[in-house]
Amino acid sequence: MNLTENNENKAICSSEIDASCRLPLLALFGGAALWLVLGLALGIVAMLSFHQPDMFADCSCLTYGHAQTAANDLLLYGFVMPAALGVILWIFARLSQVTLVLPIVPVVAANLWHLGVFVGTVTILFGGSTGHPWLEYPRAAAVLLFAAFMLISVSAAATLGFRTHRELYPSHWFLLAGLLWFVWSYGTANLFLVGNHPPRGVVQAVIGWWLTNNLLFVWLALAGIGIAFYFLPKIVGKPLASSGYALFGFLTLIFFGTWVGIPPSAPVPAWLPTVSAFGALLSIIPVIALGIVAMKTVCCAKVPCVGGSFCFIKFGVLSFVVSSLLYIGEFCPRASRVLDFTWFNVGVTQWQLLGFAGMILCGAIYEILPRVMGKELPFAKLAKLNFFLFAGGTLLFVIPLLIGGVEQGMKLRDANIPFADASAVALKFLRISTTGQLLVLLGALCLLLNILVMTIQWKLGLVKTVVSVVKDSLIEGSAYQPLPGDKEAKS
Amino acid sequence: MKTGFSVFLAAFVALGLSWCGLVYGPLKQLGGAQETTVLQSTDKWPVQRTGDATLGLQVYRANGCAACHTELVHQTGAANVLTLTDIGVHKAADLKDFTTSLLGTVSELTTASNTVVANLAGWNGELPKVIYSGADDTVVSMLGDKFKAVGVKTEARVIATGADIARGWGTRQSVAADYLYDSPVQFGSLRAGPDLANIGVRAPDLNWQLQHLYAPRSLVKNSTMPAFRYLFTVKKIGAQPAPDALVLPKEFSPATGFEVVPTDEARQLAAYLVSLKNNAPLYEAPFTPITAAK
Repeated sequence: MNLTENNENKAICSSEIDASCRLPLLALFGGAALWLVLGLALGIVAMLSFHQPDMFADCSCLTYGHAQTAANDLLLYGFVMPAALGVILWIFARLSQVTLVLPIVPVVAANLWHLGVFVGTVTILFGGSTGHPWLEYPRAAAVLLFAAFMLISVSAAATLGFRTHRELYPSHWFLLAGLLWFVWSYGTANLFLVGNHPPRGVVQAVIGWWLTNNLLFVWLALAGIGIAFYFLPKIVGKPLASSGYALFGFLTLIFFGTWVGIPPSAPVPAWLPTVSAFGALLSIIPVIALGIVAMKTVCCAKVPCVGGSFCFIKFGVLSFVVSSLLYIGEFCPRASRVLDFTWFNVGVTQWQLLGFAGMILCGAIYEILPRVMGKELPFAKLAKLNFFLFAGGTLLFVIPLLIGGVEQGMKLRDANIPFADASAVALKFLRISTTGQLLVLLGALCLLLNILVMTIQWKLGLVKTVVSVVKDSLIEGSAYQPLPGDKEAKS
Repeated sequence: MKTGFSVFLAAFVALGLSWCGLVYGPLKQLGGAQETTVLQSTDKWPVQRTGDATLGLQVYRANGCAACHTELVHQTGAANVLTLTDIGVHKAADLKDFTTSLLGTVSELTTASNTVVANLAGWNGELPKVIYSGADDTVVSMLGDKFKAVGVKTEARVIATGADIARGWGTRQSVAADYLYDSPVQFGSLRAGPDLANIGVRAPDLNWQLQHLYAPRSLVKNSTMPAFRYLFTVKKIGAQPAPDALVLPKEFSPATGFEVVPTDEARQLAAYLVSLKNNAPLYEAPFTPITAAK
């Protein structure tokens, strides 16, 4: 890039950059919010099977094994990933101080992505799941997701390449690594497990665990923390507390975090779970370090926080620290003897997805949308309500699962207690947890409503502009006679 | 971390290392695994599934059974067990006295005396009777020899221990070899329902499995398992009842004149479940399956 270009780029103001992101972001966020609502609703439907076991006895689509799997995938692939990709595109454009490069590519990619999620979900509901946890989407859907991710990465990388300041900001490290992370881990796992010649026996499970950890722990941390490290300093109006500390956290996260994943009780050669347990132990370092950086950045900030984006992101970072520590705890051999195969693990995963990634992404979306659309949120009060519903709902959803899981695990360990009793203990907690799920769903509806109304308003505006432009050109043309109905339409 | 390339390089190396360790390494070590031999036998393990059972694995996958069931037995340790199988001409009370005197005089047995005394307390001669279960194998052989000398028959075994084993979910821990022929491998991650690694030994009856799939609560009271009625067809009884129609208790049976017939999928799933066994001693998961009477 030469000097003149540089100067030209500098002249671009923020509103122009925001406007360049409008279409791709609307496509990504709109679909993400829709999938979030559908995923949560499907999760509640799945849970109904525990309250009323024969509910879906005649309906294969909604049986627990189908609905729960589809709901989980909708949360991760439907909501978290496209929303995060949208936020990443915007952050890259803003940090580079250039308009989004190749803006049409992410629009196409967003549609491909949503098509992939749709195909995957329908296939799971009709029994076409691959059977590998977090990799249930069939080949067709996986290819679509992979291609869409690559396309968005290309646009993001190109935008990064045209940046005016050469030096990278800490968010860049996290988000850039996140782009590579997904492509490699998702690609590897699909090639090996969903390809034509899957490996024999337990290797399949090992690769599955490796993917799960790299998506649910490392990728979420990279995306979530990268986004939080952009917004927190902006909101409090002071620089990120310590760049050096953030770098330390970043490097330890990618070097240690990626080794976690093999449960201590796995029937595989002992070195695998041992390495994982050690990796989990070391992963405490980045979790604490990144938590400290965020805390130091926001502490003593005199910024009000009444359900705005600041609240979302603060709650998200706190959730990151707590849920990651709980996740790491699952890999401690002593703890895993109790926690293995209980609702505890389900609770931790939901906390990571909703409490950490979901919260940060919602906060980011509410921050970005008004800028990108050039006007205020249509229902700003609903956005606040969204925070309280999300925060309260997630805690009410997750904490009973954690407590219930520990109790269930204790009972499962004691062979004198019948299995039915251990299940019954969990059921009691599941009822509370479903209430929390319902609250989260209401929060998600607030998000969807805001995005939907904004999109419709914008589209109506577009139509109006087009109509008036056409009309003006026609009026300028000589032989135009206004028809009786035109006047009302124009006003 | 000033340039994009350095970030890319760091991420590449970090993920590359774990790829080598957790993907490539296991592929090299386990990817070419072959079937093994059952301990003290020439039988091969695992047994390749055939026919319906092979297809049943796919039904199990398609219906997401692994969302609630695991196929993975844990073991916390192993124990040497000595069981009385025949006390010959002796009386239970005499044998107790004899055992107590042995425990007092033979120095190798003193460590086990508390366990043995506790096991024999309240024993009235019913057989078989476990008299020792613990880590010490010299106790087992010593006691066994002493009993043999007075004409009492015992059985010495090594068994796996742990809550899963005690619940009857398996006879030993699950090992990598068990899953050689599974694709996809479905360990499961939640025990909302019991472990199924050994269900073929616990409930080997196909009809039981079918009825349990159709109406779980007709067989297991308070079961939380959803009924899988969509795997069955309810149809009018023709000239003769279908030979494979389910025999159901009254409150679960369809209207009179109708019968419940399993679909192919249900039959395959049941065949798969019956094929799930965890009862062969292997080199990496040994136990004593057959009696070793002294």
